Amino acid sequence: MNIGDEITPLAKIATTQTLIKWAGASGDFNPLHYDPAFTASTGNPETLRPIVHGALKRQWLLHLVTNWIGDDGDLTRFSCRYRAVDYPRAMKTTGEPVEGETWWCKGKVTKKYVLDEQHCVDCEIWVENGKGEITTSGKATVVLPAANG
Amino acid sequence: MLSEELKQFIGQSVDTSIFEVEKEPIRRFADAVGDANPLYWDEAYAKNSRHGAIIAPPGFLSSLWFSGRPVKWGPKERPTECLGPPALMDALARAGYSKILDTGIDYEFYGMVKAGQTVQAVSIVTNIMERSAKEGKVVFLVTETTYTLDDGRPVAKARSMTVHQ
Repeated sequence: MNIGDEITPLAKIATTQTLIKWAGASGDFNPLHYDPAFTASTGNPETLRPIVHGALKRQWLLHLVTNWIGDDGDLTRFSCRYRAVDYPRAMKTTGEPVEGETWWCKGKVTKKYVLDEQHCVDCEIWVENGKGEITTSGKATVVLPAANG
Repeated sequence: MLSEELKQFIGQSVDTSIFEVEKEPIRRFADAVGDANPLYWDEAYAKNSRHGAIIAPPGFLSSLWFSGRPVKWGPKERPTECLGPPALMDALARAGYSKILDTGIDYEFYGMVKAGQTVQAVSIVTNIMERSAKEGKVVFLVTETTYTLDDGRPVAKARSMTVHQ
């Protein structure tokens, strides 16, 4: 693993159904994420329709990192900021979303070092919307077995 | 200017919860994320891993506030529609800030949390700032939560940032 290496990208699709699932799984029942009448009343042009939970995008990035390091790596630090809003795809059938946006979680290695005899790797991570714009960005530090680090 | 009532929360502990980490909530969480990692799903696989059991995904602990059993309040006293510590959310609403939006989070992870373990979460308000934005006045809130296992070992720390309007 070297500085500049890409983290294996991960594709994600947020649908109105995904956001309801996430609300139930995370316990965040803010109507900002599922109630169009409520969002229309916010007066904020960015939230006139339901938006994707920031915490779901956080969890996508955590998935990106844990998927990349595998069972033997440890995630020790992680941070992210929600830079711009995202809107979920509507559902076409009970199980299928309409055509539309796919988000990509991506990242790259920025630093490699040994700290307290542990092989650490720092990386930049981000979520790109369907237009390739970064809507969430962050950083992570992982500890890898010596052979991979 | 920040109201005196809100200022009082800075540096204060606003919530302590106890949380039993269970397999099914872990799976529902992983399903919502679209994460098929067998360490969350497959008992036999997880048992043979270095963890020895189903583990909770990093970030799972942040759902603790919502489903944890509060120490200070009885289970019926915590309003489920509340998106943060009730006393603080009430004070924010009284100051005219009733809408909440997540802006980011910082985590430090010290170990893995396994299904079957009990975790205690203690949340402290580290900062509250009032600012003028194009939508009018907003409040930035920083809350730090420390998660410990029942043997006292810390497993994670989260610094979460929200904006209130």
